[in-house]
Amino acid sequence: MSAPSKTIRRVQAGTTESAWVRRTLIGIALAFMFLFLVLPLAAVAAEALRKGVGAYLEALKEPDAWAAIRLTLLTAAIAVPLNLVFGVAAAWAIAKFEFRGKAVLTTLVDLPFAVSPVVAGLIYVLVFGAQGWFGPWLQAHDIKIIFAVPGIVLATVFVTFPFIARELIPLMQAQGTDEEQAAIVLGATGWQTFWRVTLPNIKWGLLYGVILCNARAMGEFGAVSVVSGHIRGQTNTMPLHVEVLYNEYQSVAAFAVASLLAILALVTLVIKSVIEWRHEREMKAIAELPPERPTPAA
Amino acid sequence: MSGAATSALSSAAAPLASGGGHGVSRRVLPGFHLTLGYAVLYLSLIVLIPLSALVFKTFTMSWEHFWVAVTAPRVMASYRLTFGASLIAALVNLVFGLLVAWVLVRYKFPGKRIVDALVDLPFALPTAVAGISLTALLAGNGWVGQFLEPLGIKLAFTPAGVVIALIFIGLPFVVRTVQPVLEDTEKELEEAATSLGATRLQTFTKVILPSIMPALLTGFAMAFARAIGEYGSVIFIAGNMPMISEITPLIIIGKLEQYDYAGATAVALVMLVISFLLLLVINGLQGWKRRRSEA
Repeated sequence: MSAPSKTIRRVQAGTTESAWVRRTLIGIALAFMFLFLVLPLAAVAAEALRKGVGAYLEALKEPDAWAAIRLTLLTAAIAVPLNLVFGVAAAWAIAKFEFRGKAVLTTLVDLPFAVSPVVAGLIYVLVFGAQGWFGPWLQAHDIKIIFAVPGIVLATVFVTFPFIARELIPLMQAQGTDEEQAAIVLGATGWQTFWRVTLPNIKWGLLYGVILCNARAMGEFGAVSVVSGHIRGQTNTMPLHVEVLYNEYQSVAAFAVASLLAILALVTLVIKSVIEWRHEREMKAIAELPPERPTPAA
Repeated sequence: MSGAATSALSSAAAPLASGGGHGVSRRVLPGFHLTLGYAVLYLSLIVLIPLSALVFKTFTMSWEHFWVAVTAPRVMASYRLTFGASLIAALVNLVFGLLVAWVLVRYKFPGKRIVDALVDLPFALPTAVAGISLTALLAGNGWVGQFLEPLGIKLAFTPAGVVIALIFIGLPFVVRTVQPVLEDTEKELEEAATSLGATRLQTFTKVILPSIMPALLTGFAMAFARAIGEYGSVIFIAGNMPMISEITPLIIIGKLEQYDYAGATAVALVMLVISFLLLLVINGLQGWKRRRSEA
């Protein structure tokens, strides 16, 4: 064996593993993913269709299931736009300006992620519940928040609070303020600058945050469970309805509603992946442009 | 986590952000007071004031009452289960999360993009769905349970089931924090290590592992923090027997259902304080990670 070929073999072996190690590691990783991710998904489909397609569709036609679907859509339709406006406002202030307490504000935005969903529900009971701060006043004015739709929306807003802001803050920080300043100097108003300069720059990050925020808003269980009161057909969201059916041993019906949520999860993953792949391509396109024009023509 | 795309973007877009001091921008760009004011107001209304209710409510209790509520034997048993199961689940995710991240970054195999996308399933799948589906799998007549039952292994409705659910919930954290760091590691260092005579295993433990350690620990801490607060996926599979398979969030729910608001609040405050501490630890780890990647 000659010396050079030996060196080459050593270097190749130094940055990767032998074929059988590679195959074993891939095998273990895929087996783990299969057991913990693929099997649970497949089980949802199998359990939902256990008694055939007819029983599955029948379960989805239940008025209570429909009420749950409507409430879930309504909750997400309120919670996501609220957190979207907050996310954009917070990211604008934090990314485009310097001010005291910025680091604290950035940390506080993440706070709801650290709080257990059950605790998130509880704090609204303490504020708006019958024995809470505003309980007597609300009762006197016949306003129901806890065990009613407003409480469900509030709890959902809390648990999905950081999603959009935390996508936008690093993105807008990285983009800096040059383009906005140029627009302002050229005579654009603040709104024009936001709609024509900032928004096109952040649209994919924004969509990414909205998708994840929406998935969590529609799927939240713990926080909503505390404030809902579980009134069938009125204050049950889809995940809560799944729990009610499951506890009543209506397995097919429970998994039928669960299958809709699983489809939502898969659609979320597909959109998320498409955004990421698009983004990867854009980054490659920017990298391949000649150095004197670092941005692609709009 | 979900920041994989944005962190890639920020590093690529950073050169564009050069120049333009922030002192100038404050004068030129509009909307500072409006956006900051709105953000702080909304944060206060949705998060800070309701969370402060928890603290104020606890202050209305006497110290003895509080202490009894948070150290009752049933509550203590729930802490042991919650922290024990969360720790085991986070450790499992530490090992397998690193393995999955490694395989996704370093190797080529068919279906890799789908596997990569699937890692985020626990973020996207509602916890209640995960809970009933894992229970169906592990029950005595389930796809997995039917093979384990004859061996005398019972996972559903035991503390082991809690661990399984928490592994599912925490799976993406380690993968998504380690993956981008592993992509950025320089192959030159590994080549240098090899040419200096290191074996592949030595290169891994002495060169690669130290460089991804901050990311690895951040992912571990995030998975652990998430597991401690988790409710939806656990309650279906746990069996919820007092003293044996009852998690702390369920204790809070139980006290609420008995209208013991003070007791529920006391236990919730303990959980909140622990969450704060973990948030501080995670922030510290992320700072370490940033310094490591800038060095």
